[in-house]
Amino acid sequence: MDIHRLTLSDDHEHGPEQPRPQIALTRREFLKGAGILTGTLAASSILSALAPSRAWALELKTLASAQGDALVQMGKVLYPHKGLPDAVYALLAKDLDGAAGKDPNSAQMLGEGIAALDKAAGGSFVTASDAKKLEAVKSLEGTPFFKTVRGQCITSLYNNEMAFAHFGYPGPSWDKGGYFTRGFGDLKWLPDPPGSASPAPYKA
Amino acid sequence: MAKFELNDDSVVVVIGSGAGGGTLANELCQKGVNVVLLEAGKRESTATFINDEWNSFGQLAWLDKRTTSGTWRVAKDFSGLPAWICKTVGGTTTHWAGASLRLHEHEFRARTVYGDIKGASLLDWPLTLKDLEPFYSKAEDKLGVTRTHDVPGLPGNNNFKVMYAGAKKVGYKDCNTGHMAINSRPRADRGHCLQMGFCFQGCKSGAKWSTLYTEIPAAEKTGKLDLRPQSHVLKIEHNDAGKVSAVVYRDADGKDQRQKARVVCVAGNSIETPRLLLLSASPKYPDGLANSSGQVGRNYMRHMTGSVYAVFNEPVNMYRGTTMAGIITDEAGNDPKRGFVGGYEMETLALGLPFLAAFLDPGAWGPEFTYFLDNYTRMAGMWLVGEDMPRPTNRVTLNSAEKDQYGLPVPNVHFDDHENDVAMRNHAYAAGEKVYQAAGAVKTFRTPPYPSTHNLGTCRMSANPRDGVCNKWGQTHDIANLFVSDGSQFTTGGAENPTLTIVTLAIRQAGYVAEQLSKRSI
Repeated sequence: MDIHRLTLSDDHEHGPEQPRPQIALTRREFLKGAGILTGTLAASSILSALAPSRAWALELKTLASAQGDALVQMGKVLYPHKGLPDAVYALLAKDLDGAAGKDPNSAQMLGEGIAALDKAAGGSFVTASDAKKLEAVKSLEGTPFFKTVRGQCITSLYNNEMAFAHFGYPGPSWDKGGYFTRGFGDLKWLPDPPGSASPAPYKA
Repeated sequence: MAKFELNDDSVVVVIGSGAGGGTLANELCQKGVNVVLLEAGKRESTATFINDEWNSFGQLAWLDKRTTSGTWRVAKDFSGLPAWICKTVGGTTTHWAGASLRLHEHEFRARTVYGDIKGASLLDWPLTLKDLEPFYSKAEDKLGVTRTHDVPGLPGNNNFKVMYAGAKKVGYKDCNTGHMAINSRPRADRGHCLQMGFCFQGCKSGAKWSTLYTEIPAAEKTGKLDLRPQSHVLKIEHNDAGKVSAVVYRDADGKDQRQKARVVCVAGNSIETPRLLLLSASPKYPDGLANSSGQVGRNYMRHMTGSVYAVFNEPVNMYRGTTMAGIITDEAGNDPKRGFVGGYEMETLALGLPFLAAFLDPGAWGPEFTYFLDNYTRMAGMWLVGEDMPRPTNRVTLNSAEKDQYGLPVPNVHFDDHENDVAMRNHAYAAGEKVYQAAGAVKTFRTPPYPSTHNLGTCRMSANPRDGVCNKWGQTHDIANLFVSDGSQFTTGGAENPTLTIVTLAIRQAGYVAEQLSKRSI
């Protein structure tokens, strides 16, 4: 499984979290842009068994690498999951980068928000201690920047195949014939209900 | 499939193709009546449904602009999405879970049985359970409801096993896999349930009843149905005599069309139905059609809802199998000793990872939240659904400050929980937690209401024309050839999932409309 196949399309517009107008806007030049995020999947990660290579890279079109790193770290403060690879959090940076590319106002808000994180962390948010990071994120709660990043986390972090594999959610079941013969009622640690409450499955 | 002329003024125009409109259209066609069925959404199929929560939401949900106000939590969490209902041929029958329960006898007499509840506009229905029983039976047969008409119950999934074990330990008597409009065995040319999950995303096997692949094709076969998808109704017009005479809609090509009509039946769900009546205001009807009572849009009900999710030490994998896999009905009666009137049902519910993240605790972050997702495979879930109090101030109105893609004022949905709703929700949360704790839960969570799927009451039936919008046939008090054919008719909400009652009323209404047509009284 290639990292590019694992990444989400930008088709999140329909979620209630993030209604975004699909308007093409010209990008302003105040951002340095064209960053790249890289990482390595831990050998112990369930995802490393799925991927052809443990090394991954993700290109940013509008945000700088340092800004992408800051968003990854902010995602980890907001939604901490032990063992969830940075490759998943990088999708947050990718999706926000996509939004910044479509809307200069969004790009500016992200740039300013990241600068505010750095300031609140006493210089560099990315290299600050966990406690300082949490404090910096909390200090921005309620701002449009915070709301945008937090809302984007919901679809970026939890609606992709890597997250599905990590959390144990198999996604679509139609192509596998559902769970009729694949354990819809395989729970054994509680007694089975009687047939009057839960009749036997249909047999042709 | 028929094709009727736009100036054919002999047709019945039905607006909306869901549980109410889709059923009504078919029932009328079966009786030989010519029907133009206007549906705002596109026509999908079991082949095009998507086993993916967000993509399916984009495909099926009604996403036109709406606004919210009031103190309900949905207005804070999902300010632009008061309701989770559908814009597609088949309407919300593509999305519903399939729970098919009759209203209880006392729920038709809510004002009499519950008394004068302060801050509520309770009213008795102008009909009784006895009136509806034969039609309920027809509806159950049509939908293939399990545990009726010799249709066996569905087999329980893991989520149900957890509910059942907990229910028995806390002493509940009535817990089973429910009355579901999902084939437990092949029936009516549709296969049996494959336990896929994704009931909310359109059933890809077609085992769950939806008008999309039952009523509508059956109506098409009669040669009496002219279904027009992607036809969004903008206005209902009337003649000098005050009778409705035509419906103006925007077609798939963006052109406005005017379909003449002998009768108009509105079934756009409880937000769009009153909105359309209000949008159709004219010099003769300055407050909107059928609104001499001032009740159009008022008494909006959404059911008392909430969910309890619980984490266990062992795997559950709640996403496997039917989404609503079982029910506890012990709390459904009216027992004011609990501190509230009316009752509630407890029904299993499962969300996939993407929607659990979105709906478990909207706006939340940090380790208390991520704990639940970390334990996704070991979670069970149930939905709590009960009777909420109608209030005149809970209301769908036109928001002239915001316009939709047609340039029309968007609907605003205002809702404040009644104290009875709050007391019931707290009781239900505690009861749900007790069930899961008895089954061995290590942690439970009280999930707030999702955007409303049960939208009711905004054009309610009343015996007295002063108190409501339509009579016991769904015929508006003011305009004899204008009918309300969806959940908007409900005088009160009852505790039960409303679809079976919507279908029942549609079957009954079809007989009345056909009879009035043949008597030439409309």
